[in-house]
Amino acid sequence: MTVPAIQIEDLTKDYPAGFLNTKKKRSLESLTMQVEEGEAFGFLGPNGAGKSTTMKLLMGIIFPTSGSAKILGRPISDVEMHKDIGYLPEQPYFYDYLTASELLDYFARFYGFSAAERKARVEKMLKKVGLETAGKIQLRKYSKGMLQRVGLAQAILHQPKVVILDEPMSGLDPIGRREVRDIILELKRDGRTILFSTHILTDAEMLCDRVGVIVGGKLQGVGRPDEIVGLKAQGMEILFEADTGNAKTAAILAKAAKSGSRYALHVPEESLYLTLDELKAAGAKITSVAQIKPTLEEYFMHLVEKDRAQAAAIEVHGK
Amino acid sequence: MSRILSVALNTFREAVRDRVLYNLVFFALLMMVAAVFVGQISLGIESTIIVSLGLSAISIIGLLIAVFIGVGLVSKEMEKRTLYALLAKPVRRWEFLVGKFGGLVLTLTVNTMAMAAGLFLALLFVKHSFEASDATILIAVYFILLKIAIVVSLALLFSCFTSPLLAILFTAGLYVAGLFIHEMRNLSGSKVSPAVQAFFSWISYILPNFENFNVMAAAAHGKAVPGILILQNTAYAAIYCAIVLAAASVVFSRRNLK
Amino acid sequence: MSRKPIAILVLFVLPLGFAGIWRLQHSIDTQLAGLREERDEVLLTSPKVMKALSLEYAPLTADIYWTRVVQYYGSRHERAEHLDNLWPLLDLATTLDPNLIPAYRFGSTFLAEPKPAGAGQPEHAVELIRRGIRENPEYWRLYQDLGNVYYFALKDNEKAAEAYVEGSKAPGAASWMKLMAARIVERGDTLETSRYLWTEIYQSSQDPSIRENAKVHLILLKTDDDLQHLDALLDEYEKKTGRRAANIRELVQAGILSGFPADPEGVPYVIGESGQAELNPKSPLFEKEKMYRRF
Repeated sequence: MTVPAIQIEDLTKDYPAGFLNTKKKRSLESLTMQVEEGEAFGFLGPNGAGKSTTMKLLMGIIFPTSGSAKILGRPISDVEMHKDIGYLPEQPYFYDYLTASELLDYFARFYGFSAAERKARVEKMLKKVGLETAGKIQLRKYSKGMLQRVGLAQAILHQPKVVILDEPMSGLDPIGRREVRDIILELKRDGRTILFSTHILTDAEMLCDRVGVIVGGKLQGVGRPDEIVGLKAQGMEILFEADTGNAKTAAILAKAAKSGSRYALHVPEESLYLTLDELKAAGAKITSVAQIKPTLEEYFMHLVEKDRAQAAAIEVHGK
Repeated sequence: MSRILSVALNTFREAVRDRVLYNLVFFALLMMVAAVFVGQISLGIESTIIVSLGLSAISIIGLLIAVFIGVGLVSKEMEKRTLYALLAKPVRRWEFLVGKFGGLVLTLTVNTMAMAAGLFLALLFVKHSFEASDATILIAVYFILLKIAIVVSLALLFSCFTSPLLAILFTAGLYVAGLFIHEMRNLSGSKVSPAVQAFFSWISYILPNFENFNVMAAAAHGKAVPGILILQNTAYAAIYCAIVLAAASVVFSRRNLK
Repeated sequence: MSRKPIAILVLFVLPLGFAGIWRLQHSIDTQLAGLREERDEVLLTSPKVMKALSLEYAPLTADIYWTRVVQYYGSRHERAEHLDNLWPLLDLATTLDPNLIPAYRFGSTFLAEPKPAGAGQPEHAVELIRRGIRENPEYWRLYQDLGNVYYFALKDNEKAAEAYVEGSKAPGAASWMKLMAARIVERGDTLETSRYLWTEIYQSSQDPSIRENAKVHLILLKTDDDLQHLDALLDEYEKKTGRRAANIRELVQAGILSGFPADPEGVPYVIGESGQAELNPKSPLFEKEKMYRRF
């Protein structure tokens, strides 16, 4: 029988709040979930939903109010288990008086690597995250995106079995996002377990075997990305260019939204071909036809609204 | 052990890169000025003045670094969240704490040694030669270092559960209180009740007794310090630091980081 | 799991650690005592430098030094050790805060008392009180203290009377100040004058050390009185019998005394080898007398 890579049971975290900490604010409520070995699991949710809290609990940075969790079959209080885990904190910040290679070398010491091995690994990692030319620059001169890359490098430095990444794409430019995506895919190919959080659906769709959506400290659902969002298209969007002077087009143009020289028209899926014929007849030039998917934002809004009804349950008054 | 050492060495590197050792320039200037002018303002006690002044400066500079950097050792890492990535490594919180302590004590040792060397240079300039009794100065410097180590441990302890500003106040307060232990124990002559006397006598053994480490006067006058006192003070500082660090570890290990 | 370290800390680390500290501290104290004998409590003896260093906190520093004075006196007085640092400490305290009246009053008493009850430095006592009067001219009790130093310690009745007269001119001064001056000029020092002055000190002072000191003096004055009386009876006995009595019993048997007179501590007086009445060596007052005696 194989143990799940990450097993979370009934994990709850209250933060003290209010005057003299007499009240409690619940930021995670009875979270129970599993991440299987070799799986890439995406944690989705709006800011403040409890994603970071969960990850910090797993890393022993904060301690649960109740409940328990195991990583690779060992309790999270067992620090030795960290040998097999890599963690990228949210908006990571490192010792700014060190250079990137010094920082990685420092961290590598905790895994008991020899000096030669440390040197080799540090070089390899810097290359992997695209910082090979910046390795000798002090981190105080790094941009947010560069720090994010250093953070990623230190998380995978020791080839951990489980990688926990808190918002790995934030602060990155499109090229950076692409590179990070490639690194995560590579980790996945190597059979490592990945738990990462994001609020961007496309990232999750592209990388994850499964996602869990968390809102207001509660897990709202777990499943394949398309299952979760219910990827039923809500219709089609047609982009076209048309001559305004044409009388035939007037009826269609009235329904369309104008942006620049283009028009956008939303139609139900079943009337797509009919509309295309009409546009063809009117002499419009069609530039794009695409499915309209519900955005994650819309999905979140839906869940948040549902959650508000139970908002009273989130604020638990202490004592 | 190697984890503690790694943290300690990094703490030392931080102190060096944050230009903590620049205080040595100030000390060197002070010693130079004192060495040049002391001969003109006093007769016969030049070396006494140089030693008193030098030891006082070593003590004060060391204390300032111990309190201000000591309080920042942990709180800065919590504040800037540099601790998150580190704690995700296979390192226990107490190992981190002890490593931080060791790193600052290492820094202070290097710093104090350099200042002691400066003091001896100034002394050489004034006296033109050394005597065997000048060895007491080295003992006085060593005692200052022991004292400073206790201050670092206290600063660490306080910064584990309170804000940096309060931690500085607490540490400084305890230091001052630790200088008045003698008074606390000798309340017999004054008008306090026996209960209060007993309380103060009791508390005087719990507070760190910083007067133990003060042999400045003996050093300034070339008086020998008994060897057994060196052992006793070393043991005292070691035990006291161990107690405080143990308490700090317990507090810090339970702390939820921001 | 998280409770365990706390239990270990509270049950083992703290008790064992502090027990070790406690033992070490005792041995360290022994070592340091030898090292610090000469240094004593006065770290910095220049009041001017101290005042400069204290910045605007001079009154606070003065209070600290004043506390030190009290403790210094307390610890040394018990063991009847010398009080050589009393003057520098008082000098510091009153320079730092010239309005520290208790320090002047305390100093006038214990600087002037001869060793070992005091520092045996009446000239410093005069210096201190004169400073006090200069800084606090409206406080007439300081004139009383000055007069007392002249009267008791320096045996200078003229200057003593002068001080009382000066003091009597201060606003609110007690009327007996003037009377006292006249009395000293007329009769010189007598038991009666001494008793009056000590009683006045005892009643007017709030300081327990000063009160205790005055009390001892009053008790010793009482024994002086008793002994004078007994000596007179001894003379009477000698006149009657033609020989000196060897002990009090003989006076009782002769009907001159109706009982055995005792000192204020309740220990009977004895007759010494010289044939004069004396304090019983077993009496606690015997030691006190050795410490304070001079009138």
